[in-house]
Amino acid sequence: MRTTKQQELPEAVPSLEAKPSRRRHILDLDDFTRDEIEFVFETADAMKEVLEREIKKVPTLRGKTLVTLFYEPSTRTRVSFEQAAKNLSADVINLSASGSSVEKGESLIDTARTLQALGADIIVMRHYHAGAPYLIAQHVAVSVINGGDGCHAHPTQGLLDLYTIREHLGTIDGAKVVIIGDILHSRVARSNIWGLTRMGAEVILCAPPTLVPVGLGAPAFPVVTVEPSLDRALKGADVIMPLRLQKERQKGGLLPTLREYIQFYQLDSRRLSLAKPDALVLHPGPMNEGIEITPEVAHGAQSVIEEQVTKGVAVRMALLYLLVGGAE
Amino acid sequence: MPQKVILAEEDIRRALTRIAHEIVERNHGCDGLVFIGMRTRGVPLARRIAEAIREFEGVEIPVGALDIGLYRDDISSMAWHPPIRPTIIPIDIRGKSVILVDDVLFTGRSTRAAMDAIIDFGRPLSIQLAVLVDRGHRELPIRADYVGKNMPTAMDEDVAVRLKETDGRDEVAIIRSD
Repeated sequence: MRTTKQQELPEAVPSLEAKPSRRRHILDLDDFTRDEIEFVFETADAMKEVLEREIKKVPTLRGKTLVTLFYEPSTRTRVSFEQAAKNLSADVINLSASGSSVEKGESLIDTARTLQALGADIIVMRHYHAGAPYLIAQHVAVSVINGGDGCHAHPTQGLLDLYTIREHLGTIDGAKVVIIGDILHSRVARSNIWGLTRMGAEVILCAPPTLVPVGLGAPAFPVVTVEPSLDRALKGADVIMPLRLQKERQKGGLLPTLREYIQFYQLDSRRLSLAKPDALVLHPGPMNEGIEITPEVAHGAQSVIEEQVTKGVAVRMALLYLLVGGAE
Repeated sequence: MPQKVILAEEDIRRALTRIAHEIVERNHGCDGLVFIGMRTRGVPLARRIAEAIREFEGVEIPVGALDIGLYRDDISSMAWHPPIRPTIIPIDIRGKSVILVDDVLFTGRSTRAAMDAIIDFGRPLSIQLAVLVDRGHRELPIRADYVGKNMPTAMDEDVAVRLKETDGRDEVAIIRSD
């Protein structure tokens, strides 16, 4: 007779009495309810299990086509969406602005309509202008996911950041999150502020005044604290998120010198020790190591930066699952 | 909505005990058996059958949990997506006899989805199906190997299986829609 050790099964208690209604597009996190974000998390938990299988593929989106339409460079967002879609058995077409009819002068709306006519079910779009995904969402019947629009929003990055925080802290509610650096140009920061505050986190922005957008706070924006001193901001922090200094968007005049920025705003080991002992370090990538973050911190024990990338696939699988289908 | 209780707590217990004996008999013992409960109520049912076998055979059989949500054939037409929970397959199922456990066997579509999901984890020796209630109306060539109760129903009736673990009490009822 053979006895096998029983693995502990979580109780199968159905939670989430409220059924979030079907969503057509994912454009930003400002219209996500707390329940809906929780629903994404729970679905991502199940997707994470799929990623741990030997065969990381389920037939859920068989016959569906996802098109990535990128007008700006990207590594992780595009590959992550492609991976997520393929794990769900969808077909993926990658389109970048260079090499497509966009170079011949085709308009945004015409390009999107063409993709729809070619059978796209979901378009993931990155564009250098804020609002571009909103524009095409109004003109096509397919689902549109914002993969980053200008300095405005990057909702899927926001959700994967929230998911990573929840995995480590158990809950986002009450967490003290410090976002450091180039907030002015950061769509990641904006989407994170919406998501984090909706989930009950305290958000502190730390940046030189020239890199903090004007008009933050109520009524147009969630309430956040701005603290220009990094040492003070980090005290008691649960999560620290240095942002990439977007050199390509710096029009000049915002920073005296890079050296001064590093001196005041770089996350290094000494500053990290001012936060809670087990504080998490997140970074949306790509990193400028040696500028907003030192290599020791970026690859140190408290860094979950690589994990963010892995979690991103599970979160995006969850979002694709929630978008596809649906006779309205 | 009028409802009629078909199985009470004691009836459910007896049916599951009988199924437990049938499973051991049909498989000539417990070697190589794995229970996989289909979420939600198949999981506590699988645990109960495993517990019954542990009592009379002294063998602990691994119990897993399967969510078929990602394998459904009607995702595109659903108005909203049911929550999906992680699937837990506790051991390597290759070469094992998988006993799939569900509360109600109806069209057979969930069973089809579950078999596809299990086979994605490896090639089991066999897949057998145990259900608490078989209510008929199959749409696929699928039958159960172990049945707690055959319950003829009309298409517009609903079978409600309630279990202590998920619903606070044990009973099976037929709910008429009129």
